Amino acid sequence: MSQLTHPMESILRMNRMPHIWCPGCGIGTAMTALAEALNKTQIPLDKVAVVSGIGCTGRVAGYVKLDSFHTTHGRAIPFATGLKLANPELKVVVFSGDGDLVAIGGNHFIHAARRNMDIAVFCVNNFTYGMTGGQLAPTTPPPATSTTTPYGAYEQPFNLAHLADSAGASYVARWTVLHIRRLTKSMTEALQKKGFSFVEIICPCPTLYGRRNRIGDGLQEMQFYRDNCIIQHGADTRTIDIKFRDKIVIGKFVDRERPTFLDALNSRLLEALGNRYEPYGKVTENADRN
Amino acid sequence: MQFWRRPLDADTIQVPRGEIHILSEQCKGCGFCVEYCPREVLKLSDSYNKKGYHPPLAAKVDDCVHCQLCELLCPEFAIFVTPKVPSVVGIPVDTRGEEVMVGES
Ligand code: SF4
Ligand code: SF4
Repeated sequence: MSQLTHPMESILRMNRMPHIWCPGCGIGTAMTALAEALNKTQIPLDKVAVVSGIGCTGRVAGYVKLDSFHTTHGRAIPFATGLKLANPELKVVVFSGDGDLVAIGGNHFIHAARRNMDIAVFCVNNFTYGMTGGQLAPTTPPPATSTTTPYGAYEQPFNLAHLADSAGASYVARWTVLHIRRLTKSMTEALQKKGFSFVEIICPCPTLYGRRNRIGDGLQEMQFYRDNCIIQHGADTRTIDIKFRDKIVIGKFVDRERPTFLDALNSRLLEALGNRYEPYGKVTENADRN
Repeated sequence: MQFWRRPLDADTIQVPRGEIHILSEQCKGCGFCVEYCPREVLKLSDSYNKKGYHPPLAAKVDDCVHCQLCELLCPEFAIFVTPKVPSVVGIPVDTRGEEVMVGES
């Protein structure tokens, strides 16, 4: 029989496998969801750019066979913003972790949502800083322990879905990697949505979060999601913060229309300058792939 | 899975079948594929790969319904499934002696 290749070969750099992630880590599964979603949307792959920051999830940029950028810590969103504005035809995807996007890059995150920048942001949330050794993240639910809070966390964590919603995102959803088909569907919708779309992907980090907090290895964290996730579409994002070893509300929470940054810019300048102004960045509808 | 009543068109239903491909050297033995295969086709083998993990093996090859859940869940891109033709016509019986029904995926 001829040597069969993995179906993701067209999107992922299989020659770089096995990747660096630990056994039981869910980032690989999240990357599958991204590849599947890109396949489903049929966006021509040379019109897609993936931007990652630093961290375990930041490695995704290096594993996709697309135009990709591995930026400095926390700066994935400003980089993506620049990319999108310089070349509005691109579909710009930000794929990074919670520490990168909402701690170091927190300010960029809220402002991109506020301006409704037309990018898709996929945030892998594993409740800790994996790559640097399991420090307290702004998503760690108290009283979980981390290397910097050995007696348990005591800070109020961010509720990412609510943060994105209140800052003005057009699309907000939350899934775990276990809900792979719904996650893929959500990512497909996010990719097709105009404006700032945000999908939070809850993901096991067995090495630095699960085992330390007695949830267990990757498989046991997945079992925890299976037993504790409640799907509640359209839930009020104020009420869905994630507590330690408690139920997790998942689903699609926000899907609304708002003018994007470029729409607002164009309509403002058209109003002010009339036909002296030529609208910038009119995206021509892409033909199908190939 | 048992039926309340046998569907009238049971003899014409095409049940998909999958052929499982495992890239053992890429596997890290997390067990996701084994745990979540709805047909319990896979199990972790006793053998080791080069890195010392136990890759899965298809213990009940003929039960696979090509749902591709293992392929989607595997964080290592170490398992994938291709459709096996011809698919089975009529409601087949699996190794547990139960009729196989393919749920929505
Ligand atoms: S395709 Fe579905 S039925 Fe077949 S081995 Fe994978 S999970 Fe099991
Ligand atoms: S899901 Fe992938 S890495 Fe995990 S045991 Fe199965 S084949 Fe191996």
